[in-house]
Amino acid sequence: MADGQAHNPDDRSFTFNFGPQHPAAHGVLRMVVEMDGEIVERVDPHIGLLHRGTEKLIEYKTYLQALPYFDRLDYVAPMNQEHAYCLAIEKLLGLEVPRRASLIRVLYSEIGRISNHILNITTQAMDVGALTPITWGFEEREKLCVFYERACGSRMHAAYFRPGGVHQDLPPELLDDILKFCDEFLPVCDDMEGLLTDNRIFKQRNCDVGVVSVQDALDWGFSGVMVRGSGMAWDLRRAQPYECYNELDFKIPVGKHGDCYDRYVCRMEEMRESVKIIRQCIELMEPGPVLAKSSKIAPPRRGEMKRSMEALIHHFKLYTEGFKVPAGETYTAVEAPKGEFGVYLVSDGTNRPYRLKIRAPGFPHLHAMDYLSKGHQLADVSAILGSLDIVFGEIDR
Amino acid sequence: MNDVDETLNDLADHIAHAEPHAVQRWEITQGELTIHCVRDQIRSLIKFLRDDSQCRFETLIDVCGVDFPERRERFEIVYHMLSMRMNQRIRVKVSTDAETAVPSIVEIFPCAEWFEREALDMYGVLFAGNTDMRRLLTDYGFEGHPLRKDFPLTGYVEVRYDELEKRVVYEPVKLVQEYRNFDFLSPWEGAQAVIPGDEKATEGAE
Repeated sequence: MADGQAHNPDDRSFTFNFGPQHPAAHGVLRMVVEMDGEIVERVDPHIGLLHRGTEKLIEYKTYLQALPYFDRLDYVAPMNQEHAYCLAIEKLLGLEVPRRASLIRVLYSEIGRISNHILNITTQAMDVGALTPITWGFEEREKLCVFYERACGSRMHAAYFRPGGVHQDLPPELLDDILKFCDEFLPVCDDMEGLLTDNRIFKQRNCDVGVVSVQDALDWGFSGVMVRGSGMAWDLRRAQPYECYNELDFKIPVGKHGDCYDRYVCRMEEMRESVKIIRQCIELMEPGPVLAKSSKIAPPRRGEMKRSMEALIHHFKLYTEGFKVPAGETYTAVEAPKGEFGVYLVSDGTNRPYRLKIRAPGFPHLHAMDYLSKGHQLADVSAILGSLDIVFGEIDR
Repeated sequence: MNDVDETLNDLADHIAHAEPHAVQRWEITQGELTIHCVRDQIRSLIKFLRDDSQCRFETLIDVCGVDFPERRERFEIVYHMLSMRMNQRIRVKVSTDAETAVPSIVEIFPCAEWFEREALDMYGVLFAGNTDMRRLLTDYGFEGHPLRKDFPLTGYVEVRYDELEKRVVYEPVKLVQEYRNFDFLSPWEGAQAVIPGDEKATEGAE
């Protein structure tokens, strides 16, 4: 209430802070919420509490040194971010990715999608009061983290995708274990659905809450599940296929009402589709190189370096000076689990990006928070926030 | 010229024909269409791109700034748009300097508000018509525009918790070691930098 205004006993409006530390804020988000009694009048998200200046830092790093920053954007599905960055560089370089590397990338992008959706579905359920799904879901998520670790040595910050392919080949038994996981995971999906899909409380908290119409989705720059939940079958993997997605058979689940519940159902179905894609990738996988042959871009193999002076020089040059990317610009996007993750890369022909803009899907989604929450009750704010699927690593950058 | 480029070519012709005052020039690189727009006409061009039946760029993907300090109008504002109906992307650019405001497109795309706030925050570019021009990502009370090329990577101030004052205090950045910015560009490939002492060689020749 502004100073000097006469106090009105009937005035039910008040303002308070949601966050910066709040378990339902999914990170560090401060929202100034203006209420009229029980009804939300205005939500003003204050973001940037996790701003690390990623874009500035990247301008001072070589292309390869900049790669690990992408793991730290959406740290729930790290490899999907690396993917967009690698594709952008490859586009400017005109670099071909070996077949096996392409399949590994798709395989791991889908593993990332599953691990993102598990986290989102279960934490959203927790936001509306269901405590069991998170304990079941995280057990599965842990297995996916182990797959990450076995491929690249790190559970989260992988730095596995490289311009021209992936850093190293998968260990031999890993693919069998992933297949085994696929079989075991589907029943767990059913179990989780059993807890939520027909749950009366879950439905009451999510149905008809935060409804996004098709026009809203366009106006507010939504992508990913946020448009699919509203009934538009838009998926970059299908519409603008990259890597080997055009060879793979998968469905695009779409919602009908565009509310929080439909978005939950879409995510649940997408996980099953991802399992399908993973199975196909493993089937198609054949032995072969996993990194482009070009020694000016991709580092030489260890064994080669022991024998060849040339390889040793290449290794040294690549890890000090790095490679140069021809001058030009490109906007390259992938269908990250949260929506369209894009990289706008401006190169001036040197070994460092001149400008790199990260287009995070969560950014416009969170911006619409005010629009989506207006007229809802306070308890719905956390349900809507949960269904937007936001991670502050990518929003604040 | 392949199919993609041809389609883009037709599209660019169509746009240039319909909005001759707005379109300065256009180019297709990497299979992506870029339109350079007159700053004051950006609103009408964006509106046209959204509403025209052949364009239908109904999703504003991104608005961002790029800094080219050597240019007279040093900032480029880059708009990325996507048409989900036509499955097409487009990039629109306008240039501006630190004083001249770019017309805001918030009325056409509400989601532009945060993108424009971010550009203001990072580059200090003003947008005329955006009513909420607060900083977005940087700290409350932050000074300067971090993504400008003349802003140092380390920034100017650092924070720490002061045990005596019992609060977080701001201090000028003190580095134990100067930030090392290596120039890796090989002198064999036509580096532009003048190596100290080189000027003597030309002096002697004269």
